Amino acid sequence: MKEQAPTYTLEQIDEENFALNLGPQHPGTHGVLRVILHMDGEYILYADPILGYGHRMQEKVAENMTYLQVLPYVCRMDYLGALSYNLAWVCAVEKLCEFEVPDRASVVRVIATELNRISSHLLWWGAYLLDLGAFTPFLQAFTDRELILDLLEYITGSRLTYCYFRFGGLPSDVDDVFLTGVRDFIEGFRGRLKNYHDLVTGNVIFYHRSADVGVILPFDAAGYGLSGPVLRGSGFAYDVRRHEPYSGYDRFDFEIPVEETGDCMARYNVRMAEIEQSMNIIEQALNTIPDGPIRSKVPKIIKPPEGEVTMAVETPRGELVIYIVSDGTKKPYRVKYRVPSFSNLSIFAKLARGQLLADALAVLGSFDLVIPEVDR
Amino acid sequence: MMDCCHIREVVQGFFSLLVGMRVTMGNMFVKPHTVQWPRETAPLPPGFRGHIMMLPDEITRYPKCIACTACARNCPSQCITVTGRKPAGAKKKLADCFVLDFTKCSLCGICVESCPVGALDFSRDYALAAYSKDDFNRMNLLEDLVSPF
Repeated sequence: MKEQAPTYTLEQIDEENFALNLGPQHPGTHGVLRVILHMDGEYILYADPILGYGHRMQEKVAENMTYLQVLPYVCRMDYLGALSYNLAWVCAVEKLCEFEVPDRASVVRVIATELNRISSHLLWWGAYLLDLGAFTPFLQAFTDRELILDLLEYITGSRLTYCYFRFGGLPSDVDDVFLTGVRDFIEGFRGRLKNYHDLVTGNVIFYHRSADVGVILPFDAAGYGLSGPVLRGSGFAYDVRRHEPYSGYDRFDFEIPVEETGDCMARYNVRMAEIEQSMNIIEQALNTIPDGPIRSKVPKIIKPPEGEVTMAVETPRGELVIYIVSDGTKKPYRVKYRVPSFSNLSIFAKLARGQLLADALAVLGSFDLVIPEVDR
Repeated sequence: MMDCCHIREVVQGFFSLLVGMRVTMGNMFVKPHTVQWPRETAPLPPGFRGHIMMLPDEITRYPKCIACTACARNCPSQCITVTGRKPAGAKKKLADCFVLDFTKCSLCGICVESCPVGALDFSRDYALAAYSKDDFNRMNLLEDLVSPF
């Protein structure tokens, strides 16, 4: 294969093949992802994702800020699952400083994070089908997502980059308006989810666009370090919420949806089943939410002891690991994020080889990538 | 045999399209979910975060801020400048300048939470527009309040 050329237009690389530049502002790449494709007609010979257009030095910035100041900034990495990032940072610092979290706060955290997970999956559902050429699902998903955004806006004050959790608990309590709102939403959404399946899951066009496309073998899935629904679509029942429970997830009874086939359809089915499991978790949380304080006593200025901590959290896209090294001062000495989208994207070059361009975009969509998270 | 399977597939595929069409058609008889702004406005949630504003003291009507600079130190974007001095005859410092650079602000609310006297709160302005950038990068929060100096 000829060496990859930094091309901005269609470029002839030899007599028969040409290089095609996809992105960084292409709607199919969902953000500033750029892929250079070497094409033989409609077939991809070679794909090379180019990253870094949205690089914001998240790790370096975190070294120059106090632990509290980093908190609103981590949520900017994954703008669709901001509360998972929020939770990961808060849990990591709490683990480092050994802060207690009241039970009520943990349960509210779970409710908010799972709502966020549903909204993220709904956006993925709409956007993925938009990639495949269906427009109605997009509007359908956004209608329901809007209800979740309203609920989350009610408690957090923002609609996308939430920052609701604090070290040792929550900044404000939730009231009955929110809790009944969540209950009503779950009840209504269970009915509407059937429409989703009617509209898309059984659809013959969707089936032919996604079944047997982009098959990830279990060996590759493990080797490339995939996580989240992409990994579970290839037959691994690995979920951080079950295997390394945090924030009281061990108290809830939920299944880990797994599919064996490893194609786009499997990843789709896993996410749709995950929405249902998230609703189960929220329902259990609503039924068992205890009364009591929402925030334990923590010092105003966080000064963790010297040491290091690793915290893994299941975000809507997969396993996020935050690694913090503390030197005993107000600012972290070193912060490292292991983000799920980055690892999930890494297998794209392998999967795209030999595929039709349209199928490669379907594969890219099925990964549910968030590019600021990849570039961070 | 092959043809029989193929026909069944076609029929099933066609049926699946009809099922999807039913959902789409059903949506035609649903009330619109959108709010027709600006003829109507969506209600602001109680926790809405606008730009921050200074609250006045209930008795003296002076700004509540005691110029401790906790907000300015905790701000992740360093967008708050606050200075203070003692008014004539008073024992405590009060703010004489509180300037917010709203162009840098990410509305995280750490300033509101860190204020020891509860002098800051989120405003409910959402329709912000101005002719000059200066209206946002040097917002004087003490402008509309009674000055103790």
